[in-house]
Amino acid sequence: MSKVPADLKYTRTHEWVRTLSDGLVEVGITDHAQHALGDLVFVEVPEPGRQVAPGEPVAVVESVKAASDVYSPLAGEVTERNEQLATAPELINQDPFGAGWMMRIKPANPAVLAELMGAPEYEALLQAEGG
Amino acid sequence: MGRHTPLFSLHQELGARLVDFGGWDMPVQYSSQIGEHHAVRRASGVFDVSHMCVVDLRGDRVRPFLEHLIANDPGKLRERGKALYSCMLNESGGVIDDLIVYFIAEDWFRMVVNAGTRDKDLAWIREHATAFGVSVEERADLAMLAIQGPEARAKFAKLLTPAGAQAALALGTFYGRDIDGWFIARTGYTGEDGFEVMLPARDSVRLWQDLNALGVASCGLGARDTLRLEAGMNLYGNDMDETTHPLESGLAWTVAFEPASRNFIGRRALEDIRRKGSERKLVGLLLEDRGVLRSHQKVIVPGVGEGEITSGTFSPTLERSIALARVPQATGEKVQVDVRGKLLNARVVRPPFVRLGKPCIQVHAA
Repeated sequence: MSKVPADLKYTRTHEWVRTLSDGLVEVGITDHAQHALGDLVFVEVPEPGRQVAPGEPVAVVESVKAASDVYSPLAGEVTERNEQLATAPELINQDPFGAGWMMRIKPANPAVLAELMGAPEYEALLQAEGG
Repeated sequence: MGRHTPLFSLHQELGARLVDFGGWDMPVQYSSQIGEHHAVRRASGVFDVSHMCVVDLRGDRVRPFLEHLIANDPGKLRERGKALYSCMLNESGGVIDDLIVYFIAEDWFRMVVNAGTRDKDLAWIREHATAFGVSVEERADLAMLAIQGPEARAKFAKLLTPAGAQAALALGTFYGRDIDGWFIARTGYTGEDGFEVMLPARDSVRLWQDLNALGVASCGLGARDTLRLEAGMNLYGNDMDETTHPLESGLAWTVAFEPASRNFIGRRALEDIRRKGSERKLVGLLLEDRGVLRSHQKVIVPGVGEGEITSGTFSPTLERSIALARVPQATGEKVQVDVRGKLLNARVVRPPFVRLGKPCIQVHAA
């Protein structure tokens, strides 16, 4: 069974969102997503300063098997990316909600965070998808 | 639901992730594809390849039949037990399938063909066998396990009788024979030493569990694919098919034009191509930039033209992406590949990339 931390928000495309104390949000892919992809071997994360729109493909995760897009959960500006992933993509497999974070975004409108799924809703989605 | 091998329930118990592979529900990985890959390069692993199709060909005229059917020369099979890798071609030189044929007796040869091509292969073989009075029997009663890696032969031999172990360990590369009631061959698809074992389906679960108990890792088809690509071995359907011929598929070495008197199917077409010179060739690529090469990505050869990746992956041994690609004959050492809209630099290399645990090509830091 995949881990679904209770304090995070989630998207239907299996990204997670954590609100940080400075108003930024941190984004990564869920335990379910990393498990489905398998061993990750290449990760491409967006440059800081990039403006992103909700649902826009902003990053790529590639496993031995396949490449997959990662979508921005909300509108805003990328302020930071996890540089460690360039040489250690396996951090996402090992610690998807921690050391495997992908990017930090300054939300254009923090109110939209409330529209993202909570943990119980995401768990229900995983069950409906058979995972 | 797809077809199941005799080991299907065991794969489920072992927690394998199962995927459809040519109509079969097969394990793609058990725990980690990269972990399984390294187990085979460094120690030993076992694969279920029971979905492959074992065909026994019997009759007094099996040898002349094979001389007609396959592009490599069965005349190379002089000693009993010797195996031969070959393509089976259509009249225009396109590859119907690649296969291994074992010389068991003068009136009995055994062929192993791919799972995904089973029906068309059997139909083709039967169609041509009739004229030679050769019987064609699919051995669906047999399971097939591949035990591969530097420690594979020694570990497997522990499960045989003392005489059987001695006989198995004495097998030369690309030889197979019946030992302790199992057909054991020193062949494989990983670039490592090891055996492929064809055995009664009822024995297969026990053998797998005994191998696991000796520390031989359960390995899925995911690792099998990265291992074969590192070894520079073609995959039917990716790197060649009925629309491509062996001379543009890195398989010229498997086509025996000598003796000139042997009239195998596809010979005339291949001779034409050989005379004119093949327009394309299959090469190895090593990605110099960061990223992952995948099949069907476009290869740009500056000043020459374009080609296409036929198989691409991340090489766990080289920690770099590698590929096989079909490119124009005049392609030199440098190409670019369109990877998701970006042009990345790749170097043309001669496969294999990795053999017997060791890199065969130099990799510079990215």
